[in-house]
Amino acid sequence: MFELLQYQFMQNAVLASVLGGAACSLIGVLVITLNLSFIGTCMAHAALAGAILGLLFGFPPLGMAFIFCCLAAGMIGPLADKGKFRPDTALAIIFSLMLGLSFLFLNMLSGPKTEALNLIWGSILTVTGSDLVIMAITFLLVCGFILFFFKEIQTIIFNRQIAAALGIPAQIIYYGALFLIGTTITSFFTSIGGMLIFSLIVNPAAAAYQLTYSLPKMFILSALFGVSSCLGGLWAAYIFNVPAGAVIIIVSVLIFFSALAVSPKGERSLFTLWCKCRGEIWDKKLDYKLNN
Amino acid sequence: MGWAVKLEQAAAGYGRQIVLQGINLQVEPGEFIGVIGPNGAGKSTLLTLINGLATPCKGTVRINQQVLTKQNRRELCKKIAYVPQSTWVDNRLPLLVKEVVLMGVYGKLGLGRYPGAKERDLAEEMMGLVGINSLQEKPIGQLSGGERQKVAIARALVQEPEILLLDEPTASLDWRAGQEILDLIYRIQQRFKLTTFLVTHEINQLPHWCSKMVLVKKGQIVGVGKTEELFHQHILSELYGIPLKIIHDQGQPTVLYGRG
Repeated sequence: MFELLQYQFMQNAVLASVLGGAACSLIGVLVITLNLSFIGTCMAHAALAGAILGLLFGFPPLGMAFIFCCLAAGMIGPLADKGKFRPDTALAIIFSLMLGLSFLFLNMLSGPKTEALNLIWGSILTVTGSDLVIMAITFLLVCGFILFFFKEIQTIIFNRQIAAALGIPAQIIYYGALFLIGTTITSFFTSIGGMLIFSLIVNPAAAAYQLTYSLPKMFILSALFGVSSCLGGLWAAYIFNVPAGAVIIIVSVLIFFSALAVSPKGERSLFTLWCKCRGEIWDKKLDYKLNN
Repeated sequence: MGWAVKLEQAAAGYGRQIVLQGINLQVEPGEFIGVIGPNGAGKSTLLTLINGLATPCKGTVRINQQVLTKQNRRELCKKIAYVPQSTWVDNRLPLLVKEVVLMGVYGKLGLGRYPGAKERDLAEEMMGLVGINSLQEKPIGQLSGGERQKVAIARALVQEPEILLLDEPTASLDWRAGQEILDLIYRIQQRFKLTTFLVTHEINQLPHWCSKMVLVKKGQIVGVGKTEELFHQHILSELYGIPLKIIHDQGQPTVLYGRG
């Protein structure tokens, strides 16, 4: 693996893994704690539809993906917020629309569809210098948003109504978070893949959620899990000659189940069972001492 | 003396449905107002009209002589603390009690500023006042309903408000926990002389504490006045639409539910 690092494409892939893993999993904490999981999936598919439309008409795919993400955020936000029908129904309709558009545009593409399929599965080994610049800017944007609005994010996570009652611009920050999710998806989905990026947003954050009651620690753990998933996936892809994007997701799922198993929050996790066993052993020792 | 809260012909609703209409109410600073009425009468909406979460579709709401508008809502509501009805909290939520209490100052601090030693000391003091100092390192999702209401009250006090709005703070609490919360609210009101609105179904407590009562039914205020004027069998029976009986136990009026 290390001898491969002398190649530019591998250096770029490692950098993209670190930036992508960190940015996606940091934004994932917002997605998980604000209960936006389905909104994010919907936006990932919107980005995919936009990018394929870009390929179809010769527009820059990233730019089109960004426009579609913003459109989706603009539609989803109000619908999920104060729709006249249930938010999950509204989301399901927009999700199916975006999925339908993706397949429609894909079908309309003439000739080999390699470029479009690359958008679906991603191609971390073909990341260019300009891609890295966009990724770095997005990473800084995500970090800046979280640091600058940390206390507001904390309050909105707790209760949006209370946040608004305290005079916090809850609505603006909520929509800002949606916009940022869209931006992150757009920036990283060509390298990680339109179908797979959302797993990288949800899984590391969901794993971190199992392990801590501290929001700052959750952000740090999530970023570590995201970067580990990407680097681990990249390494496994090299060793076993399999698609990197798919392995990245599998690694992130494995991390999630490991976190679930050792979670101090779960009643049936290994950690809790171990604590209970220790408690029982301790009780038995105490009984023995008291009885002898 | 000026009005702390003044509503003139105010109406509010959700979408096209009008929940409250023709609301006229004037409250002086430091008054303790008990808001009662049947479920769905519009009591909670009345509170959200006062703190600006609900926008009046007619009439005006004045806070300390200032008309509440969309433009000044965020500024004015920093003076108004709001304890909503107890809501479900995920028991895995990564937030500690002390962090939730500290949220009370976030509105006043504004964007980009973080709480310092002064704010943390204030939060510590208020947690001590409501008796939750020992819980401050606990995750918020792991508290009982009564403990969570105390956290909500501590958060409201950290805001250093002029007006305190409490929406059924004892709902879903057992009698002991409910009594503890009501005692705490009374002590706080007496100590800080806050203009307090208490929406409650615990009407037996009102004669002891409230200077004024507001009776709400079918989206309208059907009675405003001193507690002793409104705490009568026929008024309360008509308000709730069931026969109620008031007996006097050691000089204190007590409402009994059932066939009067």
